[in-house]
Amino acid sequence: MTQIPGLLDTEAIRKDFPILGRTVHDGDGLVYLDNAATSQKPRQVLDALHEYYERHNANVHRGVHVLAEEATALYEGARDKVAAFVNAPCRDEVVFTKNASESLNLVANMLGWADEPYRVEAGTEIVITEMEHHSNIVPWQLLAQRTGAELKWFGLTDDGRLDLSAVEEVITERTKVVSFTLVSNIMGTFNPIEAIVRRAQEVGALVVVDASQAAPHMPLDVQALQADFVAFTGHKMCGPTGIGVLWGRQELLDDLPPFLGGGEMIETVTMHSSTYAPAPHKFEAGTPPIAEAVGLGAAVDYLSSIGMDRVQEHEHALTEYAVARLKEIPELRIIGPTTAEERGATISFTLGDIHPHDVGQVLDEQGIAVRVGHHCARPVCLRYGIPATTRASFYLYSTPAEVDALADGLVHVRNFFG
Amino acid sequence: MPSPTGWCTYGISSARRRWDGLVKLDSMYQEVILDHYKNPHGRGLREGDAEVHHVNPTCGDEITLRVRYEGGTVADVSYEGQGCSISQASASVLNDLLVGKELADAQQIQETFLELMQSKGQLEPDDAMEDVLEDAVAFAGVSKYPARVKCALLSWMAWKDATAQALGTEPAE
Repeated sequence: MTQIPGLLDTEAIRKDFPILGRTVHDGDGLVYLDNAATSQKPRQVLDALHEYYERHNANVHRGVHVLAEEATALYEGARDKVAAFVNAPCRDEVVFTKNASESLNLVANMLGWADEPYRVEAGTEIVITEMEHHSNIVPWQLLAQRTGAELKWFGLTDDGRLDLSAVEEVITERTKVVSFTLVSNIMGTFNPIEAIVRRAQEVGALVVVDASQAAPHMPLDVQALQADFVAFTGHKMCGPTGIGVLWGRQELLDDLPPFLGGGEMIETVTMHSSTYAPAPHKFEAGTPPIAEAVGLGAAVDYLSSIGMDRVQEHEHALTEYAVARLKEIPELRIIGPTTAEERGATISFTLGDIHPHDVGQVLDEQGIAVRVGHHCARPVCLRYGIPATTRASFYLYSTPAEVDALADGLVHVRNFFG
Repeated sequence: MPSPTGWCTYGISSARRRWDGLVKLDSMYQEVILDHYKNPHGRGLREGDAEVHHVNPTCGDEITLRVRYEGGTVADVSYEGQGCSISQASASVLNDLLVGKELADAQQIQETFLELMQSKGQLEPDDAMEDVLEDAVAFAGVSKYPARVKCALLSWMAWKDATAQALGTEPAE
């Protein structure tokens, strides 16, 4: 057993995740290395979902009966937990959505409908980066197409980092919004955001941070980020699918118009017009994902009980080990940072000219689950002149033995197609 | 069908004991498929009556394919692409099978291949099917892997589309 300082007690942690004990194919143990796509769920989260439906299920914020009150308390309690988890100054700044994509689309649409000074329109600019997940590209392309605004972006350096050499040319006086990812979903890169935030504030542009790959893996402090909006999703951080978060500064949530209309988001309605509930309800039209929010609350409790600084430390130690093991494999090329510094535990690579589909298939046959393809970040693949990558991504329950299984599996892939 | 021991020619006989589960993969990565992947037939773009570009958006496999007809005969199918062994080998097999065929025969081969690929591994190719599909029966194992069926069908769908364009009929979408 490899001894590496900084690792969590994965033997204990893995007991919380029933799925990690299952086998695949003909009895191979499961080596789950697709955590950047979605994480597995601990018993505590599964129990919270089960308990909610068995004992408390009702619609929220309406009805005076016991179940409605319990369901509302659980749903709003989850909001309190998430607010504390990201150090939000106010719980009403936490808007529940169905995923990070919806959170980002919500911001893009709000800015398209907004009045001055936030309104994105012809003659203004939207700034993103070449490193974004499609969910932080396409909503802005749509907004640009609808409004006539110009879409600009920061490019990438050869070693998988943002090229910030021309911040002042990319973000200008015309820029209304700058939206970028804190951690790359394909290369694992941590982005230094200070220079971008400083420049955005200088020109009065709003800052939107996609924290989908950050919230599960490190302490997240929305106040320290100095962002205006932060988006992330529950299912990558031990929570259920169908629940996402948009944190936004109170003043902005008050000023900006709603996007979806319906029940729950109103104050009064006549046949001629309506007035809206205050945030966050203004942005939560219709029956929300109640059980999923409760599940996310349980996930936040679970992660907090371990400590996000410890999760980050664990993943850093594991990344150092994984990078070293992967570098031993002939013809393996890491796409992105090639050391463990300023990067997370998501590692993309190519293996000679063996197509990632074939790599993934032969790994799967050994019980090793990785993701192959462009990872919803096709511009990154284009930038590095490759059609696709194989991506291994680790989490708090990942072990050095799983890194070894991956490395051995990749050697086997080479032999198979050699 | 190639012998199940065919895979040992790829130099992993020693690993076989260790990775017993991998024997199953042999049904997907048939020797004939790996041969076509390593030495594709008819690859490269040549003159054609119509050109199409098809992609498999979930994984990034791409193919540009041209067809040329002489009377009712498939005179050429030329292609360039990038992708996994399954998608590339499938294009090579397609070229082998369809060039020189009458259109009606080519369409029958395409439909038979489609039927095989949509069989979810339930269809054991009989002699009649083997006569029609020749090397393409080697893809029978791929039909067990839902994520890979699109890879195998990429070039065949491109051919169907290009043929519809070349002959002035609507694509059968």
